[in-house]
Amino acid sequence: MIDKLGMYLQYPFVRYALIVGILIALCSSLLGVTLVLKRFSFIGDGLSHVAFGAMAIAAVCDLTDEMLLVLPITIISAILLLRTGQNTRIQGDAAIAMISVGALAFGYLIMNIFSTSSNLSGDVCSTLFGSTSILTLTQKEVWLCIILSVAVVVIFVLFYNKIFAVTFDENFAKATGIKTERYNLLIAVVIAVIIVLAMNLVGSLLISALVIFPALSAMRIFRSFKGVTICSAVLSVVCALAGILISILAGTPVGSTIVAVDVAAFAVCYVAGRIGGRG
Amino acid sequence: MALLTARDLSLGYDSRIIVSGLNFTVSSGDYLCIVGENGSGKTTLMKTLLGLKKPAGGQILAGDGLKANEIGYLPQQTVTQKDFPASVREIVLSGCQGRSKKRPFYSRDEKKLAEKNMDRMGIIPLARRCYRELSGGQQQRVLLARALCATGKVLLLDEPVSGLDPKVTAEMYELIAQLNHEGITIIMISHDIGSAVQYASHILHIGDSVFFGSKDEYLESSAGKNFMMQQKGGDGNDR
Repeated sequence: MIDKLGMYLQYPFVRYALIVGILIALCSSLLGVTLVLKRFSFIGDGLSHVAFGAMAIAAVCDLTDEMLLVLPITIISAILLLRTGQNTRIQGDAAIAMISVGALAFGYLIMNIFSTSSNLSGDVCSTLFGSTSILTLTQKEVWLCIILSVAVVVIFVLFYNKIFAVTFDENFAKATGIKTERYNLLIAVVIAVIIVLAMNLVGSLLISALVIFPALSAMRIFRSFKGVTICSAVLSVVCALAGILISILAGTPVGSTIVAVDVAAFAVCYVAGRIGGRG
Repeated sequence: MALLTARDLSLGYDSRIIVSGLNFTVSSGDYLCIVGENGSGKTTLMKTLLGLKKPAGGQILAGDGLKANEIGYLPQQTVTQKDFPASVREIVLSGCQGRSKKRPFYSRDEKKLAEKNMDRMGIIPLARRCYRELSGGQQQRVLLARALCATGKVLLLDEPVSGLDPKVTAEMYELIAQLNHEGITIIMISHDIGSAVQYASHILHIGDSVFFGSKDEYLESSAGKNFMMQQKGGDGNDR
């Protein structure tokens, strides 16, 4: 088995997939804790469907660089969704559900009507569930992913204390003079970037798993914010690594394998938390 | 000079005015209780004092070198906080945020300040405990220590004893009174008119009739007498 793995690792595309997979897992887990605690677990789902719709439009318009369209549209949606947090006519969860389902429907509709591809259902399926696209990354895409991931991690570390304050008690933070709107905006932009990146890895249906599972698992075991954040990052990276390796060896789809490992990790953490005296 | 002065203040959401014509002053060292029926605009007033909301009319003036972000705030607990994985120390430290605007991390002085305030609230032994595992009274002490990190002058407390049992409630009031003796100005929203008149130096009653004055004046006023009567009649039903 080690030999087989060694053989695979000689191919650059396998190495790319590992690098990108680990970076995305790291980034998505960092903000996962905040999103789960702010009751925005489903934003990953909503935004990824928006990204799917945007991708469909990009494909129809025959854009060479999809990112140029997908990223701005997703960021704008994220800002709109996170801004509806309080005092709006449509509640946060309803807004997310609305945008999510709407974008999914429109994306598929557009792809169906204007598609030039002969294998439409294959295309749709691979965008939804992630696909081989992580195994066909070009060097340029890998660099883009590395740069964005580093940016996300640096932003998170620099603003860690502010993010904590805004997550724990927005009113208090605002009263002590923190510009909470600015940090909510920052969180929205970062999460949008992460989701667009992660679409390559697990596809738009499974992104939520990458965002929420490590955070929820870590919350079973750790009691401080720092502990939960670090644990969820480590857990997410380990699960992604294991998932990718298993999928290479066993020939299973990458995205769903990673999520399956995440689910297993959650089960382990849940039991550990119970035994440790916490529910 | 007064710390805070409200001049012809009116409060409301959108175009609906809840209270108008509020005039009051808070001087350094005062203990002001804001009382009134549910929906009379107590929380809205607090949000306006904190600068979370713009007043619908009139103005709030800060004096004595009080800066807008030097007010400590003890909010009512939110649902999110009940299940929040954070240690006591992390939460108390987050009260220092207003001081370190540009710096991403806490300075040594801020850590000392947090330590000092935890000591003041008697929660040093809990420093590493998880917030959600604490009792209601302990949680309030943590939030109070956090508020103290944000200010050395004024504390705004929004129903600090709601949901606490009688013994813990009494302890909480003693704690607040002690802070007041140490020179911190207290502005508190309360349902509990009995304790309000026991501890406060000034009362602001908002509702159909607006009253502002010292505690003794309040007990003599018609607004005060009526409200005391009502509360005694309907004690325990106001939550």
